Amino acid sequence: MEPLLRMDDVHTHIGQYHILQGVSFEARAGEVGVLLGRNGAGKTTTLKTILGLTPASGGRVSFGGTDVTKKRTHAISRSGIGYVPEDQGIFSTLTVEENMKVAMTRETEETRKKLDTVLELFPDLKTFWKKDGGHLSGGQKQMLAMARAFVGNSKLLLIDEPSKGLAPIIIEKVMEAIQEMKQHTTIVLVEQNFMMASRIGDTYTLIDDGRTVQSGRMADLAGNDELKRKYLGIG
Amino acid sequence: MDLFVNLLVNGLATGMLIFLLASGLTLIFGLMDVLNFAHGGLFAWGAFASVWFYTATGSFFGAIAGAILTGIILGLITEKLIITPVYGNHIQQILITLGFMLVLTEMLKVVFGPNQLAAATPEWLNGSWVFGDIIIIKYRIFIIAVGIAVFTVIQFILRRTKIGLIVRAGVINKEMVQALGIDIKRLFLFVFIAGAALAALGGALFAPYSGVIYAEMGLEFAILAFIVVVIGGMGSFPGSLLAAILVGLAGSFMAYYVPALSLAVNMLLMAAVLIFRPQGLFTAKG
Ligand SMILES: Nc1ncnc2c1ncn2[C@@H]1O[C@H](COP(=O)(O)OP(=O)(O)OP(=O)(O)O)[C@@H](O)[C@H]1O
Ligand SMILES: [Mg+2]
Repeated sequence: MEPLLRMDDVHTHIGQYHILQGVSFEARAGEVGVLLGRNGAGKTTTLKTILGLTPASGGRVSFGGTDVTKKRTHAISRSGIGYVPEDQGIFSTLTVEENMKVAMTRETEETRKKLDTVLELFPDLKTFWKKDGGHLSGGQKQMLAMARAFVGNSKLLLIDEPSKGLAPIIIEKVMEAIQEMKQHTTIVLVEQNFMMASRIGDTYTLIDDGRTVQSGRMADLAGNDELKRKYLGIG
Repeated sequence: MDLFVNLLVNGLATGMLIFLLASGLTLIFGLMDVLNFAHGGLFAWGAFASVWFYTATGSFFGAIAGAILTGIILGLITEKLIITPVYGNHIQQILITLGFMLVLTEMLKVVFGPNQLAAATPEWLNGSWVFGDIIIIKYRIFIIAVGIAVFTVIQFILRRTKIGLIVRAGVINKEMVQALGIDIKRLFLFVFIAGAALAALGGALFAPYSGVIYAEMGLEFAILAFIVVVIGGMGSFPGSLLAAILVGLAGSFMAYYVPALSLAVNMLLMAAVLIFRPQGLFTAKG
């Protein structure tokens, strides 16, 4: 079966820097694919390149069978990709409600249904519906960012280090929520915490120095101590 | 008392004119980080267009509508031809928009002739109200009223409509709004044209206020508007109103009491804000 998302030998330049130098990667519908790699490896840039925020300078990105390499960000997003950035990208002076509404400008039956689902999943958001996004706690911001990406009719969610800077008990909740969202959508996750990654990931792709060095089923990586030591500094 | 009220009304009216320029500038900058030094040219074109349309239609509303239409057309041309090619590059923006400002100014002389023009106040706005020893010029109150109305309408759009919500979100984080499926270029074009229309409206209102208009008139107001954008906080719409009123009042009172300082006072205000609150009185980003 054709994967939902596919990157073929993608290169990305930011200014004069050659950041991605050959990233290849696939995400299959219904699965959670995890991008692994040390700090500065190019994981965030990979997600931004998928979205066209830092457009690819070479190679090919296709989504749902269509080439999106040269498309603009809003068009890529509308074709069904939701994004939860590393810094969460909350509009801090807008309320929780307004944050959600920006993602629902084309409100349909389906987005309304998704809103219900997501409010069930994150009841905190309902409690703070009229509160400014900037006043939420770190965990709540993460929930809001995920909810916002989810309602926008997304077939694929790109989530960048959702556990970053959160307390273990909150991380647990975030991971549960991702498991829950997995029932509805495909997910590509950047996650440094290997325990978490191996728990919810179906596949992994290991990126180092802007290149894909290895990918496969998550279960195989768990047993490969050499790979983990070499590229992740663990094991 | 008489003097105080006059200075107050004068300062508020000037402040509103500056606001009409600054509100567009601040949203243009907030949304796309674009520095547009040609904005003053749109102000001047609004003034000349209003005089021309006033003569042609014999109606003050015709004059205002004509000026706004001119602003919309020039705004569309400016955004497509001048601004779009230099997104993301401040140095190029400054150079090309300053250059375009000169072009707009020279074009005014080509179209309307090199001399200054007289601008008439419509009959029904002529004259003044007298309360005891206080004399209030009607037209100045009219400018203040228009300024308040414009502020209210735009504030309503920003707070209560979908497009307003998207503009506010875009000012805070433009990458994120794109990642949520919004075409930022189209949004920016819309905001730019609205800003151009407001600048032209400002020029049209200024014409009868000053009585004469000349091609270079936009520059002085554009500089004041830039100061206002810095003081009010780049990207903040309410900030631009507050700062414009502050600058208008400071100019009006200083010109009377400490004339030597009347030009410097705005620079001093700006310097003080930059030292104590570099993000401006209001913050829109974050
Ligand atoms: N705007 C930029 N300008 C220059 N270099 C950049 C820019 N953005 C990222 N880089 C560089 O690209 C490389 C990859 O960055 P990226 O943020 O994709 O890494 P990452 O794997 O997400 O790291 P982390 O785990 O720290 O989030 C780094 O060396 C970074 O310094
Ligand atoms: Mg990163």
